[in-house]
Amino acid sequence: MEIWNRHFECMERTELKRVQSERIRETVERVYFNVPYYRSKMQEAGLGPESIQSTDDLHKLPFTTKQDLRDNYPFGLFAVPMSEIVRVHASSGTTGKPTVVGYSRRDIATWSEVMARTLTCAGANRNDFIHVAYGYGLFTGGLGLHYGGEKIGASVIPVSGGNTARQLQLMRDFGSTVLACTPSYALFLAEAIEETGISLDALKLRVGVFGAEPWTENMRKEIEKKLRIKAIDIYGLSEVIGPGVASECLAQNGLHISEDHFYPEIIDPETLEILPEGKIGELVFTTITKEGLPLIRYRTRDLTRLYYEKCSCGRTMVRMEKCLGRSDDMLIIRGVNLFPSQVESVLLEMSEIKPHYMLIVDRVNNLDTVELQVEVDDAFFQDKISQLEALRQKIQNNLESTLGISIRVTLVEPKSIERSESKAKRVIDKRIY
Amino acid sequence: MIIHQLSVFLENKSGRLTEVLEALGQENVRITALSVADTSEFGILRLIVSDPEKARALLRERMFTVNITEVISIMTSNEAKHFAKVLKILSDLDISIEYTYAYSIGDKSIIILRCSNTEEAIRALKDHELDLLKASDLFRI
Repeated sequence: MEIWNRHFECMERTELKRVQSERIRETVERVYFNVPYYRSKMQEAGLGPESIQSTDDLHKLPFTTKQDLRDNYPFGLFAVPMSEIVRVHASSGTTGKPTVVGYSRRDIATWSEVMARTLTCAGANRNDFIHVAYGYGLFTGGLGLHYGGEKIGASVIPVSGGNTARQLQLMRDFGSTVLACTPSYALFLAEAIEETGISLDALKLRVGVFGAEPWTENMRKEIEKKLRIKAIDIYGLSEVIGPGVASECLAQNGLHISEDHFYPEIIDPETLEILPEGKIGELVFTTITKEGLPLIRYRTRDLTRLYYEKCSCGRTMVRMEKCLGRSDDMLIIRGVNLFPSQVESVLLEMSEIKPHYMLIVDRVNNLDTVELQVEVDDAFFQDKISQLEALRQKIQNNLESTLGISIRVTLVEPKSIERSESKAKRVIDKRIY
Repeated sequence: MIIHQLSVFLENKSGRLTEVLEALGQENVRITALSVADTSEFGILRLIVSDPEKARALLRERMFTVNITEVISIMTSNEAKHFAKVLKILSDLDISIEYTYAYSIGDKSIIILRCSNTEEAIRALKDHELDLLKASDLFRI
């Protein structure tokens, strides 16, 4: 099995710890002097840059959350002057405010490096045609795969998402060998191939790198069978860098984290204590080489566990298990992040309805669907069908324009949605992971 | 001449109509007219009952979305031309009909109308000496 950067990816762990500690020291010093937000948080905790000497001291630092990014929207947490920022990405955010990330020239190089590792992990090389069907744009998926593909010298086909007929045509005519997209879109493409009657022999696909949403072992088996490929799980989040944070190797036994760039911890999401190896908890990252947007102990809200044992592929980088869920209520709908609170705030802005609602998420023909059930209120109900239909349409339009995903709205009777004194159940997710 | 009609929002789920009628039945509410307007996902049940205020309170207690709507009712011969005449009077005055339902007894038709302007509709129909009914009349027929 090929390894892109043997020096780091197979580094002896005591040596790796030395590298990580040195990089953590540099990062902490940088954020302390360049980001007022981090400085004041550290001062509040009675810490200075000298308080953090190695990975063992990291636990002293406070956590960073998505809310902190929002509070400092758009560029408040950037650690370099804007003149040093060469790229900005953003992920869909709550009520119109996206989470913004910035990259220095070196960050882009780092991102290409870790994506090159990811693709090499999946067995791709300079002879491959990489079919990138992740969206290009503010979303990090498309460009992340793109730069990694170019870095390893492969031929990159920047198809982006959508237009299935064209996807299939190019895949066949160009002889794509590596498919990069969300796992649900891979299944969708597999079924489209079946329907159009294209023979798998006419395609040259041999491996897929799939991420940006949770998926099950069963989905993996189905994709592998239907497309006759090896399906590799990749992991990343735009706050940390985008795709490239971690990737499975061909052993398909956990995802190798590029620990020389992103230092992982697992914490108990309730007590916030650090958990030992093998225990399931929330994944937390400290970026230890990033310049544009360094993050200190960033809570990903993804649940998983870590294994430090050396992999059969020869890599020593820690492995994380396939994500097992979330420690918050975020949903991922066709790769787009959605919090129930976002839906709630759209409803709260409408005087005609009360925010009693239920979100029902399902997967139909391998594509995620969301239905929103909203209660009809006595105060608004005036017995005209046209008025109720207009209300339904209005809610649907408001949701789509604010959240960027289409949600089917159904009006329901008041008592259909369970009332609860404590935290109401707002989501029924029927998808099987 | 204004009749207070009960309107109930219903999801298209089996058993919902039964629940409404059973609730009303427990308190001896009588029903003289009923209609259901439906779409693929929900329906609106419209009822003329003996005590609309009481019926509304009853249903609200049981968490139904319910309101009282003003409608008018006319008794005519069951010949189509008489119904047509009623509609013509209203349309000549630009009064639109939001919905209507009717039933007949013998050779008489009882028509229930929801108009864009109830007061004006009553005045016009009275002027044409049509037989407007009160709620209490409906329970005597």
